[in-house]
Amino acid sequence: MNPLLKVTGLTRMYGARVGCKDVSFELWPGEVMGIVGESGSGKTTLLSCLSARLEPTSGTVAYDTREDGLTDIYAMGEPRRRMLMRTDWGIVHQNPRDGLRMGVSAGANVGERLMAVGARHYGSIRAQADEWLRKVEIDGERIDDLPLTFSGGMLQRLQIARNLVTHPRLVFMDEPTGGLDVSVQARLLDLLRRLVTDLGLAAIVVTHDLAVARLLAHRLMVMRRGEVVESGLTDQVLDDPHHPYTQLLVSSVLQP
Amino acid sequence: MYVAVKGGEKAIDNAHRLMAEERRGDPATPVLGLDQIMGQLGLAVDRVMTEGSIHDRELAALAIKQAQGDLVEAIFLLRAYRTTLPRFGCSEPLDTAAMAIRRRISSAFKDLPGGQVLGPTYDYTHRLLDFALAEGSEPDTAECADRPVEARMPRVADVLGHEGLIERNPVGDDPPGDLTRQPLGLPAGRDLRLQNLARGDEGFLLALAYSSQRGYGNTHPFAGEIRMGEVAVEFAPEELGFAIEIGEITVTECQMINQFKGSKDVPPQFTRGYGLAFGKGERKAMAMALVDRSLRAGELGEDAVAPAQDEEFVLMHSDNVEASGFVQHLKLPHYVDFQSELELIRRLRAANPDREAAE
Amino acid sequence: MTSAQGYNFAYLDEQTKRMIRRAILKAVAIPGYQVPFGSREMPLPYGWGTGGIQVTAAVIGPADTLKVIDQGADDTTNAVSIRRFFARTAGVATTERTADATVIQTRHRIPETPLAEGQILVYQVPIPEPLRWLEPRETETRKMHALADYGAMHVKLYEDIARFGRIATTYDYPVLVNGRYLMRPSPIPKFDNPKMHMNPALQLFGAGREKRIYAVPPYTDVKSLDFEDHPFEVQKWDEACAICGSTDSFLDEVVTDDKGGRMYVCSDTDHCTSRQIRREAAE
Repeated sequence: MNPLLKVTGLTRMYGARVGCKDVSFELWPGEVMGIVGESGSGKTTLLSCLSARLEPTSGTVAYDTREDGLTDIYAMGEPRRRMLMRTDWGIVHQNPRDGLRMGVSAGANVGERLMAVGARHYGSIRAQADEWLRKVEIDGERIDDLPLTFSGGMLQRLQIARNLVTHPRLVFMDEPTGGLDVSVQARLLDLLRRLVTDLGLAAIVVTHDLAVARLLAHRLMVMRRGEVVESGLTDQVLDDPHHPYTQLLVSSVLQP
Repeated sequence: MYVAVKGGEKAIDNAHRLMAEERRGDPATPVLGLDQIMGQLGLAVDRVMTEGSIHDRELAALAIKQAQGDLVEAIFLLRAYRTTLPRFGCSEPLDTAAMAIRRRISSAFKDLPGGQVLGPTYDYTHRLLDFALAEGSEPDTAECADRPVEARMPRVADVLGHEGLIERNPVGDDPPGDLTRQPLGLPAGRDLRLQNLARGDEGFLLALAYSSQRGYGNTHPFAGEIRMGEVAVEFAPEELGFAIEIGEITVTECQMINQFKGSKDVPPQFTRGYGLAFGKGERKAMAMALVDRSLRAGELGEDAVAPAQDEEFVLMHSDNVEASGFVQHLKLPHYVDFQSELELIRRLRAANPDREAAE
Repeated sequence: MTSAQGYNFAYLDEQTKRMIRRAILKAVAIPGYQVPFGSREMPLPYGWGTGGIQVTAAVIGPADTLKVIDQGADDTTNAVSIRRFFARTAGVATTERTADATVIQTRHRIPETPLAEGQILVYQVPIPEPLRWLEPRETETRKMHALADYGAMHVKLYEDIARFGRIATTYDYPVLVNGRYLMRPSPIPKFDNPKMHMNPALQLFGAGREKRIYAVPPYTDVKSLDFEDHPFEVQKWDEACAICGSTDSFLDEVVTDDKGGRMYVCSDTDHCTSRQIRREAAE
């Protein structure tokens, strides 16, 4: 059996500046990997390279496609990549406005992927959209409302529904709870955790918030100045950090 | 009994005749001569040639007369005429370094070899209507200098280039593209961008350039050099195998010196913007240079967020012949489509008779 | 064969016509695909039919008979203007009868009279790109076509149904050509869409300002977008044409007084006149 994602020596430079350097790991189906570190550590660069949105300077990212097994995503050609991003993958942006069409209704936002892969029955598309809105705990009455009228937490949940409707195998999340207030965050994390387990999703979650990492991720990579300084099972890394930087990170988390 | 509306042909003929009469104006006043337009409205002629993409003062004057002074309409006339002209090749690139200079200024240096030559300019006039002109006064003769302007003046860009302070324009072997022969493909190379801007509407470019100076993608420009004068046009016919001079034209060239850039391989250098117009089109050349530089944001690693930096937005909307045509096409009958909309709106309203109309 | 002083037959030089024909051939080879072409400035303004005129100029020959209509009528001002242009520059025979024409240039209507093999219908197109309102950038729409990434188009139709209970596009209604390319048929009313399907004539589309040519070859599958449970449907009138009595043609609404009085007449003047003549002959 193949890992879902196999990353080897991934490096991305910005001129002389290091974005991320020499990152290697494997991700297995149903596994959630957290990437933590402070801002500027390279986590967003890494996520962009992993999710086919930023071509690396060197190294490979191989995804286990349904037809051909492990394939280098940057070698596969744009049509295939786009298809992947529409079906097998999901991308949850930190700012939900980046991952939604603000000018069309919630129902249309959720139904778009279905329509993109050929769904042609309005009633059925609407029913699926309705079902997914409920799954992410958005009132079904809001199905025809524009996202402009939604709160931050609702927007984020809508974005998640929009991504999950085609049953992706791998979801990339960039600070999924960033910008939300604490109680809203808690509810969202709960939802994410449930969905990931129920749907058997694999995910890569970038976050600066260790509490989020602990709640969602099975494994962690700690990044500093573009390099992975420590990695391992979440609880181990957070409860028994070895690298001085990880220790610093862990100890500086404010206790409620 | 209703009879379908007819008489379109006759209406058009009458409209043409009426227009011709209005164009002539009062028969008691003398007919406007092309020589008068060429001689005394030269700046209008310059603009029409530049945006019409033909260098022919007489044709431009005729277009201006035919269009009753509507320059955008005159530009359209020249462009339509241009379509019918046979093309027998391309000239050599104009050597503006060898220009017979009549005006040359630089705001980057107080003085430089060749000096600051004001030439014929409105720049320092006080904008007071001159009523003596209305009476038809003749101007005083301009005094002749005791020696001529320098025959060759080094370019400011070359002066800075000696120290490597300003980026070099890359020399390419590929022939430049031609928008009059091929459709614009995006992203566009700098050659097509410059051609598009040269033909582009002066007002549109002026507004975009202005916006860039007001913070919508500031490029920190300095007018490195503006020069106006005559340049030779050379053409190398196949049969001869060498270039011959086929005439000379007046052009205005503007080189802007902009925000410097550097990278890990290249030390910081000033960047450039370029503008060129027929005749004395200085405002156009300057606006073009500013927009040229703004459009290079992407290739210089700058965040392209402002309208003047948006290549597709600028290049697709710069042509006033296209813009005028499409805006004015709304005057054409659209009643069939409107009928379709009426049918729908009535149907929708009938389906929901209880809904109150919005206040 | 006469032509205007100093101009080539049908105005354009032969090189240009060849360039346009090459674009047309590409378009015919890939039904519904927009082929970029080096559109020329014409003596009529952009937006007023220069694309259609260039296509017609490229395909028309001295033996052709040309019909030009706008809103279905031969006598609307722009149709008159264009017909005169070709009369001046090509000296071709012109006609108002659909059945007698070999080339028909049209704005916003397909003739009611069914077309035959050997006829060419040239449409004037203002905006060729069906995805333009969803995505203003050309660089992006090009990719969407290449990848048949048309989900966004159905989103718009979905929204209409959610908001209005029905699809709210009434003209320039998008179609899928030959099962592959999404195409805009130009602002013809949706009433005319079914006529494009399996039409024996060659259908050519010219967008001069946007510089694109596309085509639907004879007997090609053209399907208007819809949902299985909200199928495509055409407009219907309760009234008949006040002149010829037709109940199955597209009707124009004519305002007769300022108290809301109106009557309906055929938009296609040739169709109306022909029916009138037949009716009178039968009496």
